[in-house]
Amino acid sequence: MIAAQQIRKTYGTMTVLDGVTLRIPARGITSIIGPNGAGKSTLLSIMARLMEADDGRVTVDGLDVASAKSDVLARRLSILRQENHISSRLTVRDLVGFGRYPHSKGRLTPEDVGHIDRAIGYLHLEDLADRFLDELSGGQRQRAHIAMVLCQDTDYVLLDEPLNNLDMRHARGMMQLLRRAADDLGKTIVLVMHDINFASWYSDAIVAMKAGRVAHHGSPAEIIRPEVLSAIYDMPIAVQDVGGKQVALYYE
Amino acid sequence: MRAHERRARGALCILGVMAALSCICFMVLGVKANWTFILPFRGTKLLALVLVAYSIAVSTVLFQTVTNNRILTPSIMGFDALFVLIQTMVVFFLGSVALVAVDPVPKFLAEVVVMTAFAGLLFRWLFLGAERSLHLMVLVGIVFGILFRNLSAFMARLLDPNEQVTLQDALFASFNQIDATLLWVSCVIVAAVSLLGLRLVLSLDVLALGRAQAVSLGVDYRRTVAMILAIVAVMVAVSTALVGPITFFGLLVVSLAHLMVGSGRHVWVLPASVLLGIICLVGGQTVLERVFAFDTALAIVIEFLGGLMFIALLMKGAARR
Repeated sequence: MIAAQQIRKTYGTMTVLDGVTLRIPARGITSIIGPNGAGKSTLLSIMARLMEADDGRVTVDGLDVASAKSDVLARRLSILRQENHISSRLTVRDLVGFGRYPHSKGRLTPEDVGHIDRAIGYLHLEDLADRFLDELSGGQRQRAHIAMVLCQDTDYVLLDEPLNNLDMRHARGMMQLLRRAADDLGKTIVLVMHDINFASWYSDAIVAMKAGRVAHHGSPAEIIRPEVLSAIYDMPIAVQDVGGKQVALYYE
Repeated sequence: MRAHERRARGALCILGVMAALSCICFMVLGVKANWTFILPFRGTKLLALVLVAYSIAVSTVLFQTVTNNRILTPSIMGFDALFVLIQTMVVFFLGSVALVAVDPVPKFLAEVVVMTAFAGLLFRWLFLGAERSLHLMVLVGIVFGILFRNLSAFMARLLDPNEQVTLQDALFASFNQIDATLLWVSCVIVAAVSLLGLRLVLSLDVLALGRAQAVSLGVDYRRTVAMILAIVAVMVAVSTALVGPITFFGLLVVSLAHLMVGSGRHVWVLPASVLLGIICLVGGQTVLERVFAFDTALAIVIEFLGGLMFIALLMKGAARR
């Protein structure tokens, strides 16, 4: 379980997170939705100790992320942020291999190589494995990064907008892959999502944030409702029931 | 083996052969005197050049990895100007007697310690805090470099002319006047920090992914980066003390190394940079001494080529944006 208590974060005079308290249970997919500037990415970064909170604390299975040893945490929790600028020239296989660093500290064992091959296979990157990252399209690079995170093989996986740059086919494939990881391997996956319909279709729980606070937290059926969404996004949003799943219509 | 690994390995082999050839040519070309004189005379010089090439190449690679960029180098950030400033301050506050009369070895050690501490303080907040933009860091580095250089110049102007001459003598070291005692101390220091750095080698590739990814993969970021910056400071201090500041040399060899090996992994880039450094310094010195028969211009040639490389990298970066 990931437990955040009274997380506060300000940049200068701007409050980004204003006392966020949240419990994300182990196993399953939890999506965090909300308008730009709601503090979603900041919350994710603080949960993964990439940023320090001004106040409050986050524990992962009882480990305080701010004080726990970084390499212990790295075997339990992985994160992929939105922007991943890499200055050095690496192949896809090199990058995915870094996912094994927490386990083997840079000396790959045959077991690590197995993990790397599987992660490359999951994301259908076999043909691109020996290409350099700077020769790939944005979507292919995104998939390579996600393969690295999966290769880290942690119980908790935090992804900031994993569908960035992906076309429909790959976006759906990604969500199905995450669903399988949660169902078959018992992973706990936390996503920051902009596409609320993908969130609705594939998540077990949705956290709706607005202005640095958690506005709602519940199952997709509880959150993907016209009155809830309209209040969060400050615009009228209709919701249709399609085969037992909720689909939001916000195009007009 | 994969194609790009073959390429990197091939590049390393070629560079290794060229570096060895440069060293041999440096030792044997144009020998007119007795070998008992030539061997220690040229040997010392060769060792110094190799040590400087190694220090600058390694410190530049480490620095670029830690700062996650390919344009900044310790000298562009004013590391070596800091060393000059420390030298000037010693003369200014303690008199030139301190610079000349004191045993060079403890003095050198003290300088390295002060330099490391200063650089540590200065660059900690720059690189350990929040992630900052490359442009801000270039600007800060240039401003610091100018500040250090001007402070040195200002203090030098207030000095007694005699003291100033002593100081200039100490600062305008070139590839031809290398202090033999310092050389051995330098070798020991560089070997020591290299051993220290060897433990960090495997985390370097991860650090090159940037702060967020490195933390996420479990690198103890603050400690590792602080240690690498300390190693960089020591190596810059050593090379500056031996031959004086050469601003663009590190940038030149590391950029060429990246071009030649193709991959950004440190197993390839580190040795390639060192070998290229040796080829540039030793080979360049040989050519200038034996072919053109003039001595001091190597630094100028390197600065010219390195400066061109710096501009090319900046333009390429601007074009990509």
